[in-house]
Amino acid sequence: MSFLKITSPHGHGPLTTAGIMQTVLLATLPGVAVMTWFFGPGTLINLLFGGALALAFEAAALRLRDRNPGPYLRDYSVLVTSTLLCIALPPYSPWWLIATGIFSSVILGKHVFGGLGYNPFNPAMVGYVILLISFPLQMSTWQAPRGLDAVPGVMDALEALLLPAHYDAVTMATPLDVLRQNQGLLMADLQAQKPQFGRWAGVGWEWVNLAFLAGGLWLLFKRVFTWHAPVGLLVALGLCAAIGFDSGSSESGGSPLLHWLSGATMFGAFFIITDPVSSAVSNRGRLIFGALIGVLIYLIRVHGNYPDAVAFAVLILNFAAPLIDQYTQPAVYGSKPVKRDEP
Amino acid sequence: MRATHSIHGGIHPTEAKALSAPGTVLDAGIPDKLVLPLSQHIGRQPDVIVEVGETVKGGQVLALGDGPMSVPLHAPTSGTITAIDDRAVPHPSGLTNRCIELSCDGADNWVALEGLSNWREVDRTALISAISQAGVAGMGGAGFPTAVKLNSPATQPIRTLIINGTECEPYISADDTLMQIDAPAIVEGAEILAHIVNAEEILFAVEDNKPIALAAMQEAVDASDSNCRREVMSFPTKYPSGGEKQLIEILTGQQVPSGGLPAHLGIVCQNPGTAVAVREAVLMGKPLTERIVTLTGQALNKPGNYRVRLGTPISHLLAVTAFDPKDNQRLIHGGPMMGFALESSDVPVIKTTNCVLVPTEQELPTPPPAQACIRCGLCAEACPASLLPQQLYWYARAKDQEQLEKHHLFDCIECGACSWVCPSHIPLVQYYRAAKGSIVDARAEKTRSDRSRDRFEARQERVERELAAREAQRAARRAAAQKKAEQGADDDPIAAAIARAKAKKQTAEDPQSTPAGDDQS
Amino acid sequence: MSFIETQPLLAALIALLGLGATFGAILGFASIRFRTEGNPLADQINQILPQTQCGQCGYPGCKPYATAIADGDAINKCPPGGQETIDALADLLDVESMTLDAEHGEEKAPKVAFIREEECIGCTKCIQACPVDAILGAAKLMHTVIADECTGCDLCLDPCPVDCIDMIERKNGIQHWRWELPSDNLIASDRAAA
Repeated sequence: MSFLKITSPHGHGPLTTAGIMQTVLLATLPGVAVMTWFFGPGTLINLLFGGALALAFEAAALRLRDRNPGPYLRDYSVLVTSTLLCIALPPYSPWWLIATGIFSSVILGKHVFGGLGYNPFNPAMVGYVILLISFPLQMSTWQAPRGLDAVPGVMDALEALLLPAHYDAVTMATPLDVLRQNQGLLMADLQAQKPQFGRWAGVGWEWVNLAFLAGGLWLLFKRVFTWHAPVGLLVALGLCAAIGFDSGSSESGGSPLLHWLSGATMFGAFFIITDPVSSAVSNRGRLIFGALIGVLIYLIRVHGNYPDAVAFAVLILNFAAPLIDQYTQPAVYGSKPVKRDEP
Repeated sequence: MRATHSIHGGIHPTEAKALSAPGTVLDAGIPDKLVLPLSQHIGRQPDVIVEVGETVKGGQVLALGDGPMSVPLHAPTSGTITAIDDRAVPHPSGLTNRCIELSCDGADNWVALEGLSNWREVDRTALISAISQAGVAGMGGAGFPTAVKLNSPATQPIRTLIINGTECEPYISADDTLMQIDAPAIVEGAEILAHIVNAEEILFAVEDNKPIALAAMQEAVDASDSNCRREVMSFPTKYPSGGEKQLIEILTGQQVPSGGLPAHLGIVCQNPGTAVAVREAVLMGKPLTERIVTLTGQALNKPGNYRVRLGTPISHLLAVTAFDPKDNQRLIHGGPMMGFALESSDVPVIKTTNCVLVPTEQELPTPPPAQACIRCGLCAEACPASLLPQQLYWYARAKDQEQLEKHHLFDCIECGACSWVCPSHIPLVQYYRAAKGSIVDARAEKTRSDRSRDRFEARQERVERELAAREAQRAARRAAAQKKAEQGADDDPIAAAIARAKAKKQTAEDPQSTPAGDDQS
Repeated sequence: MSFIETQPLLAALIALLGLGATFGAILGFASIRFRTEGNPLADQINQILPQTQCGQCGYPGCKPYATAIADGDAINKCPPGGQETIDALADLLDVESMTLDAEHGEEKAPKVAFIREEECIGCTKCIQACPVDAILGAAKLMHTVIADECTGCDLCLDPCPVDCIDMIERKNGIQHWRWELPSDNLIASDRAAA
């Protein structure tokens, strides 16, 4: 009889691309749940609407590229992109904002380059930055958190999505906004007086960040990625904040704890910069990648024009990733000079 | 026991070794016909010295080589040579090569064998010669001529002999079985090897998933004497610890320099099966004619470790092990990580066949189509040579020879760990094998074309030189002719005589004037 | 008020002319001081060509074709080099690769010349024709092809007056077999669609 001719190896390990993507989606659940608690169902609506649109756009793009969409959609990669983007968008965003963002992420951030694995930039961040620059007003209005105002319901969320003109948003400056606009208050006073600040950082925001931290630690435990990039980011950010803390004066850039638990820090550290396609390849490279992003986040937050800086920092470092790879190649077996091992 | 080190990367595939019941050897018997490929080793093919129709006895030389890199071939049993032609051989290409077909007569008569029982007093070169004449090649899978490996130059003294009983690939248990049933033979074989290379110490390396083999080896070492320091070393199970380079790093902490050999570090590695073959060759004069092969996989009803004569067709072995074909059936020569698939079972067992794996679809599913690389870096984490398989993949697809060499493509040991972990099921190691092949071909092509260019330029030079020489000769001849033409008038004797007569007449009429110079008669 | 402020246009003009003159002088100096002898580009191209010296490109040998390419001739005229050589040349010259020009021949399997010795008359015409001196022999003595040196260029076929030379394909046994790259199609359905 004739036997099947396949090349070795004939066994395979447990991880698959679809499996990894599913694990990442599961890890976002704690963060999404906390966001829903504090800001209402807006994020969930974003996710569902964005997810459906993403699948549609991806299928259309694949058809245009003469490929059968089935196997590609089943690897869950576009759902991860849309989930990450929709978490970053303000809840209760209008449908056209989400649609533009998803279009930018999926088509301009991914398929234009050749699909999964070929994009040099993080697709979710591409979409986010295009929106931030094109629609700065909508992108910087954030729902006030639970405890500082009433949380909208599902019907309000649907109205905000589909009939944005009718929707009356109740927005509030985010803690990072407040930090930027601080005129002369000491840090301690700022946190005591301004209602946005809670126990450690911003009301609602501190718990959201902790929830994403939990999800990220679970992903580390599942070995979906290594510790280098997230630890690099958090340590670098903390160090910069510690240096710029200025003993809590009115010129202070904010404490490390404030930076760690504000905005998209934890989300960025564990879900954005760990996107393998657009980050550095080797472990040492990822450490440097994460660290530089941390530094940039601090600089843009404190000295730049935008309150949150994760997206820009990530895109800038995506540019630099090939250069980092060039200089962080590991030492290959047998390339070091011979040293004798005396027993 | 001294501490072991650990290698970078590595994976932990399911071992599945219990399936072949290591520790027991069954006999595969002698089939009707044996097909013996001339080339069962790395090196040149030996020349056939028998003829079709000739009757031979077991142990008789069938093919002899002309140098140390061509290993001789012996008859595994008695019978008649029925054919010498091209047959299918165990090779990933599925191509044929020259083989000797031996029809066995079942009597298993052997030639008289003569060993060297006092091998300690025998000259080192004589021992190496005995090993070479016995046709011993590396039995771990590569098939390097053992006599050549042992014959390292005096400038590269060997200090350590390592007996590699790691057997890190899943399913395979041939070496485990050998260590369990015949540890004293391995230890004695190692002693002979150490004596030949003048080693100071012998390390017996066994992974910690083989406790019975470890105990057997320790017992055998304790029960025997040696001039060397000996140690049985065990270390944590990980694939591919058994690769020569990786094993050296684990046992000694040193790395074999890129492009170099273990001999450069004063180390020689041998498989336990080779050690036993060396012992038989030296002590008993018995050539290499059989080996233990692991026949395993859930498609076999009677898997196990079998003693098989070289040249036994795998179809015979499938019958012996009650093979039950299933869907998508594969026949793998070797283990699941590095073995290659055979298209037909009509190929014979050779010196390097350590395992024949016949898995079912559930056991080792056929891989799904490859997806896009998501640059996750798991391959780099798994690589025991600390390479960047991802970059090698991209450059292999781009056929960028320069970058492949810069990223140390030729340091890849083709263990397959990267492909095993890849979440997108990309057959990474296949890209590297193909890339290595094209680069080797391109280098050979370059050497040829450089040589042709040199010959062409030399020829051009020679042709020009010959032309120039001819031109020079022609010019010389022309110049000589012209010179001759110019001097022609002065040399004419008649005209000279008339001129003299005229001159005399003039002096006679005018005595005062003496014409200058021509007073010569 | 400085000159730049009062006469901006004139100042700009003078600045640009000055810079142009300075850099022009530097470049001119460099082109004389660091001039290279010979044509290194032609040598680099010659390193890539297969050295069959067959003349199918229209030039009497590989070096003349290399010089022609360095002067601007097309890179796709060499059949023995095949697509690989064209790609390598395109890489070196940083131009688009192209397919072999069919006018100059097609890519064939590598061949080696073989003289049928019973018919050879010992005239040395083939020896004189061989560009790499791969034929061994002398006048009125047997001629034979040194197979390892033969490039398969065909130039010995025409001069032979008794037509006793054959071009045989080089056999590739198991030792020359190489693995192939996996196909680039990522998913089975792509292969079906393509």
